[in-house]
Amino acid sequence: MASLKSIKKRIVSVKNTRQITKAMKMVSAAKLRRAQENVVAARPYAQKMGEVLQSLAGNLQGEQHPLLEKREAKKLLLLVVTSDRGLCGGFNSNLCKAGERYIKENAAEFEQISLMTIGRKGYEFLKNRHTIHKNISNIISKPNYQAAAMVAQDVIEGYLSEEYDQVVMLYNSFRTVMTQDITFQQLLPIVPEAKGAVDEVGIEYIYEPSVEDLLTQILPKNIEVQIFKAMLESVAGEHGARMTAMDSASKNASEMIGKLTLQYNRARQAAITTELMEIISGAESIKG
Amino acid sequence: MRPNQGGRGLPLQGTTTMAEKMKLEIVTPYSKVLDEMVDEVTATGKLGEFGVLPGHAPFLTSLNIGELCYKKDGVAVCMALNWGYFEVQDDKIIVLVETAERADDIDLERAKAALGRAEDALKKLDPEDKKFKIYEAALQRALVRMQTASKAARK
Repeated sequence: MASLKSIKKRIVSVKNTRQITKAMKMVSAAKLRRAQENVVAARPYAQKMGEVLQSLAGNLQGEQHPLLEKREAKKLLLLVVTSDRGLCGGFNSNLCKAGERYIKENAAEFEQISLMTIGRKGYEFLKNRHTIHKNISNIISKPNYQAAAMVAQDVIEGYLSEEYDQVVMLYNSFRTVMTQDITFQQLLPIVPEAKGAVDEVGIEYIYEPSVEDLLTQILPKNIEVQIFKAMLESVAGEHGARMTAMDSASKNASEMIGKLTLQYNRARQAAITTELMEIISGAESIKG
Repeated sequence: MRPNQGGRGLPLQGTTTMAEKMKLEIVTPYSKVLDEMVDEVTATGKLGEFGVLPGHAPFLTSLNIGELCYKKDGVAVCMALNWGYFEVQDDKIIVLVETAERADDIDLERAKAALGRAEDALKKLDPEDKKFKIYEAALQRALVRMQTASKAARK
């Protein structure tokens, strides 16, 4: 049996760990609330943007806009959104594995699959297996619109110069605190939803300057918004995942402390018993 | 300024004695800035300034960097906007913008500093340069901010 001292030492160290995981859980909970608020705040903008886009695309006649045009997809860009920091359970690794699987499954269809990563964790996971076209770190922890716009511009430029023909974004979307959904979303070319739905509304808008002009402006903005939204969702998911991970870590630590305390008490009792026995037998021998 | 396009079956049926109002919503990626019933809105579009009154026809336009003013119960409020969309439908106005600042929230000193920076940069740059456009927009933003803020200060 382990000595009393060594058990005591372990209890202290597990207690310290529990304190840290508990604190991290609290921090994540606070950050999660803010991140969730951000997601909710961004929703009306993204939604309205989508509606305007749909109604515009539905009214578009004649020439196709290059961002809407479907080219023969030979080269694919996968944009992987992960977090910069770890200790959040399977949040990043699950996403990276899903990306890996996706690349394997689609390798036959495309001549080339390039990767772009947002967030350090995804980059570190994937860089050993594939060449990373571009990595953008240090923006995900504090998502702001300007950063998302810059990424979007990069993506759009590459698309227009035919560096790639299709862009798919991979991110963790926030469902509940406990669960994040791994989401693949096609960014480019933009697929307008069923046109019929738009026609039913049947509102004749006055467009100014013209449908085409508005569309040229709104399409890149839409990409920006989509990326921004993905970043916000990913951050909310990250904090949620970290909170759950830290919660279970704290629980495990408490369980461990319980077990160790039991062991400690037993060891102590055993020590006392042997000591007593020694004393009694000593006394007996003197008597005798 | 263009005349208000009379919309959809004017005069409005069942006109009440009370003045008609429109719902004005201003939304940015970070938050919903404004959600109020207003009497009148003017804004700067791609093709110049325009005004909207209740009963306007469905209308969609893009906005320049510029001012948006609305009147509510006779009180005019102005905001500095940075690129966006303006949609009117059924007396409901939705404005999608990247940033919207109320006159009181504008930091005049910062705007002035930004103006100086943009001017300096523009002097050095070639108009063909990619960055030229960025600084041009920055210059305009600073100007609009200052204009909006100084208007509020005069009142």
